[in-house]
Order: sequence, then C-alpha cells, then structure tokens
Amino acid sequence: MSHGQTSLRFRENSVRAMGDDALRAAMKHATGTFGSKRAEAFAPVEDVEGLRDRASAIRERVLSDLSGYVDRFVAAATRAGATVHRAVDASAAREIIAKILAGRGAKRIVKGKSMVSEEVELNAHLEAAGMEVVETDLGEYIIQMEGETPSHIIVPAIHKNRRQVGKLFAERLGVPYSDDPQVLTKIAREALREKFLSADAGISGANFAAAETGSLILFTNEGNGRMVTTVPPLHVAILSIEKMIPSLADLPDFIRLLPRSATGQPITSYVSVITGPRKAGDATGAKELHIVLLDNGRTEILAGESRDILKCIRCGACMNVCPVYRTVGGHSYGWTYPGPMGLILTALLTGMANSHPVVDASTLCGACVEVCPVRVPLVDLILQLRRRKVREGFAGPKEMRGMALFGAAAASPGRFALGQRMARILWPFARVLGGKDVAGRMPPPARTPFRRSAP
Amino acid sequence: MKVLLFGTCLVDTFFPGVGEATVRLLRRFGAEPVFPQAQTCCGQPAWNAGYEPEARAAAAHFLSVFDGDDPIVTPSGSCAAMVKHHYPGLFRDDPRMVAKARRAGERIHELSHFLVHVAKAHEAGLRGKGTVTYHASCHLTRSLGVREEPLALLSSLKGATFVPMPDAARCCGFGGTFMAKLPEISCALAEEKAAAIEATGADTVTGCDSGCLMNIADAMKRRGTPVRVAHLAQLLAEGI
Repeated sequence: MSHGQTSLRFRENSVRAMGDDALRAAMKHATGTFGSKRAEAFAPVEDVEGLRDRASAIRERVLSDLSGYVDRFVAAATRAGATVHRAVDASAAREIIAKILAGRGAKRIVKGKSMVSEEVELNAHLEAAGMEVVETDLGEYIIQMEGETPSHIIVPAIHKNRRQVGKLFAERLGVPYSDDPQVLTKIAREALREKFLSADAGISGANFAAAETGSLILFTNEGNGRMVTTVPPLHVAILSIEKMIPSLADLPDFIRLLPRSATGQPITSYVSVITGPRKAGDATGAKELHIVLLDNGRTEILAGESRDILKCIRCGACMNVCPVYRTVGGHSYGWTYPGPMGLILTALLTGMANSHPVVDASTLCGACVEVCPVRVPLVDLILQLRRRKVREGFAGPKEMRGMALFGAAAASPGRFALGQRMARILWPFARVLGGKDVAGRMPPPARTPFRRSAP
Repeated sequence: MKVLLFGTCLVDTFFPGVGEATVRLLRRFGAEPVFPQAQTCCGQPAWNAGYEPEARAAAAHFLSVFDGDDPIVTPSGSCAAMVKHHYPGLFRDDPRMVAKARRAGERIHELSHFLVHVAKAHEAGLRGKGTVTYHASCHLTRSLGVREEPLALLSSLKGATFVPMPDAARCCGFGGTFMAKLPEISCALAEEKAAAIEATGADTVTGCDSGCLMNIADAMKRRGTPVRVAHLAQLLAEGI
C-alpha cells in the first residue's frame, strides 16, 4: 500500500512527492547513475541499433501470433512436467494460486520479484488466507517491511536512501543501526536464509518464456531468484502472456539488451532457465512446478490500436530517462507500473475512467523512445491514449471549450488575429487570476504581432 | 531564392523579435522570405493534447496557406516536427491530402537546419560575443534529428565562446499543454534546467524553440539568474 495513491490523482500525488526532499534526491541520484552506467555498458557493443532491431522484430513476431506461441508454450511446459494454468484476470490468478498453495498445505511462502504479482495484488490475498508471504528481493523486502508498493519495476525501493533503510531495519528487525549497504544486505540475507529453508513454496515471476521448450527465464542479481525457484518443494510462477519468446535461441539478444537497458550491467548475476520441475537425477529444482499465465486484458490490448505496448520487456529504461518520472517518483503514477510504459499500461489495464489524468504525465520529449531496447513507440502510444481520453469524454469542459476555440482560430486567419487581440486585452486579468498558472509564467503578448511587420 | 516563412503562433504573438531576426538572417544569406499573411498555427497544441479534429483543421489550413514548391522555413523545431511527422497521419483517409502533407514535410526546414544545409551560414564568419550555452530542445533533437547544426552555427561565431551544457537534451518541462496541465512538474523541470544553465557560467543561453526558451526564462527569473535568454535567430542576427 502506498498511501492510497490512485492514477486519478496523479497531479496531487506528484505535488506531494515533489515536496519530499529525500525522495527527490534519491530519485535523481539513482536514475542519474543508471543513465551513465547504461551509456558505459552499451559503449563496447557493436551495432546496438541492429541489436535493437532484431529484438524488436522478435517481439513483433511473438505479437503477430501470440495465442499460437502461448499454445506451444503450454504444450511444451506440460510435456516437461509443469502444470500450466490460464488466468483470465487478476482475481482468477489469485484464486488459482491460493488454491494450489492451500491444496499442498503451504503456509510459509517465499517470493521472488514479480511485477505481475503486484498487478494482481497477490500478497494481500494470500495473507488474508492465513499464509505468510515474504519478499526476498532486497528492494521488495524493504518496501514490504515499510508497507509500500514498488516505485520502479526493476528497483522497487529506488525512492529510498540507505539511511532510511538503516532506520527501518533497526526498528523492525531489532538490529543495530547501520547505513552501510553491505551491512544492510547481510542483515537481510541472514533474516531471509531461514525463510528460504523453512518455506513450503516459492513464487516467482519470469522475464521471458520460451515457447518451443516451455522454459521460464529469470534474470536476477541477488541469487534469491534461484533460491525461491529451487529450494522449496513447490514452485509457482506467474507471468503475463506477452512474455513469450519463440525459442531459447532468441534469448541471447535479450540477455545483452535487458540488463544494459535496465541497470547498465553487461549481464545480470544470474540467468535462470527453468524447464519443468526436478526430474529423477536432477540435483536441484522444485518437485512440483505450476505456471500461471495471466491475461488480465492483454488479449484485448493485442486486438486494439495500442498493441505495441505488449512488445515491452520491462527493463525500466524509459522511466530512468523520463524527466517526469525522475521528478515525481513511481508512486505518483498510482498503480503498479510507473513511467512512460507504466502510464500506458495503467490506462489500458485499469481503464480510462480510473486513470485519465496519468496520460498527461509526459512532456512527449521522446527520451523514452530513444532508449527503449525493443523500439516501443511510447510517444505515439501516449498520444493515442490522449486522443482516446478526449474521444471518450474524460477531458475537462474548460479544456474542451478552449480547444474548440483553438481549432476555430487555427483554421481562420481572421479569427486567429481576433484571438491575438483578445489575448492582448485579457492578459493582465489572466495574470492576476492565473498566478503561477500559464499566464503568470508567460510574457504578455507583444503589442504588435510579428505578422504586422513581416515581409 | 524565395522561402515561405512560417512564423509559428508563439513567435507571431509573443516573440516578434525572433521573427524579425529570422527575416534578417534569411536575407543576409540571399533568401527572400515571404510571410503568408493567412498563416495561423501548425496545430501542435491540439494534437499533443489529443484533439485530432482540431489539429486536422489547423493542418489543413497550414497546407493550403503553404501550398507550392518553395522551401518553408520556421524558427521552431517542434513546429517543423509536427508538419514533417504528424501531418500525414492526420489525413490518413485522404490520399490527396496525405501526398500534400508529405510534400510540405519535405519542404519544411527548421531554421538552423536551413542555415547550415542550404545557406551555409556556419561558413560565413558571423560575429558574436560573450559565452553562450545551448539547450537542445526535444523535438528538434529527437524528432528532427537536428543535433549538430545549432552547434556548428554557435561554434562558428567569431568573438563568442560556446560552453556545452551537461544533459543539454534533457527536457525543460514546457511540453506545450503539459505546462498548463501539470504546472508544478513543469516548473520543477524548468528550474533544473535553469540550474544546469547557471552551472555552465555562460552569460547567454540559446535554443531553437521559443516555447522552451519561454519556460526557461520564467524559471531563470524566479531564481533571479541574470543569464540572458535569446533564440538562436536573435543571437545570429546580432552578428550580421
């Protein structure tokens, strides 16, 4: 829970966030670091643009036959011994998972990072059913302790500094205060070790799913992903359907692109490929593997004008460079996914009525498009959503009247000149009334417009 | 060479000095600028806010006013980008209008692009003074790909020193209607930009888009920064 933010209150949320100096400093520092590390990480890569083209084409290929790839994945994963479930929406996903866990008498659950599990609000549901759910990604562990939601899809606790984390650990875990990241990591690791060893089940997400072999692919940095998926006897993975890639042969391009785009690492510490549960003779692996494929509106998006957002591979590069995200932080966006890709998914998955102010949360500067490793046309998608917002009647009446006047003036030189004259007359009043709004921040219209002296 | 001058609604209404400087520059380099009096606005404010019919009305008017074969020059990266990249889509159901929009897109030049590629103004040895830093506006840089031209012009000024701004292409927070819809964020971004400008130690900041420069100037005023804000056209015209 993040202080009751909703996407509908984007402006209010962002104003509150901007008043938080610690948050602004943490955001500025972290996103700045990712930006420079990203540039360093890509520097030695030959033909980055070609790599992006290939990755983009792979994602296009998947979207052009998504249900086909999903069917192939289901067949292959089943052959490999996994049980695959299809969840049409969030509540179906929650119930499927709760039922699997309850059926095995699982009480103690360890979790790897999964934004999809945040999307379906899985933890609250399992906790209400009497289970203990422990997040094991360090960032997730921190925000779970704080009672917050992730504010970045890769770096959930990006909005916090180490002193805040030190204080939180001291208060909640009864350890001596330290703000040394190494000490803090060690504290978390020790607290979590016991959880891993006593867990009845592990829940993870997946970065990709290879249709040909039915394999789940996880990119992780802390080793917790392996623990969650191999130590407990039961592993439940939840992922959204568009995470498909055709085969493991397509993976190397994403191994090179995703970590570099996300955190500026040439590769993550661990790349796990999980194909079915533990087989006779295997040294590791869960004894039982369930895979929950979540739709939750994706099939509908796929059929519509915004389908390209489903190319997204959740690297977070767009948020790291977005001037708005960097200033207001992830919680301001009011739902699971923040930043440019996030506001698009928010509007599409939660509906325009629940989210329309968030589609204005972009200056359309295009920095996101410049870094997106799979060439999602983020600005075009945002513009599309703004058109939908207006079409569906979610723009304010004042704005609608203003734009109608604009349209009339722009199509007629006479009306345009009249508008200029009126602006000249009304400006002093607008300035007084407007204060820090537009009129207060723009100069008064020129006494003589340029057209009078123009050749 | 006759060129059609698209003044932009912002320059026409708020910054006539930028228009006048553009005229002087074009004349200096042998072009004969003509300002079609019927012009209004490219429609970008409506387009960016999601008002397609209103943007289409503005675009149709623009295309009728700027019909013909002459080059179109405008002292704005974002207006040039609007015409080049968004006009054809506005008329997707009307092949005749799409063709017209494509032709206009090929004919339109952002001013610095025209000055370098057509007028070779960077080879002319214009004069300048003081230290100048440059804000690379978003649509100019990313939509039009005009990155080097303003720098070539600034570096060619005799007597002036160009100092680069860190993260010059970071958005200033103007974003057209963004400025009105989310004023707090817009101001915060402009202040960050103003701080970056201050840190360069330059006495003048320049750019190729009046909207950004206006937003930046406002933040500078609030911070009490005495740096001068001038459109590239104004800066170059002073050195003629």
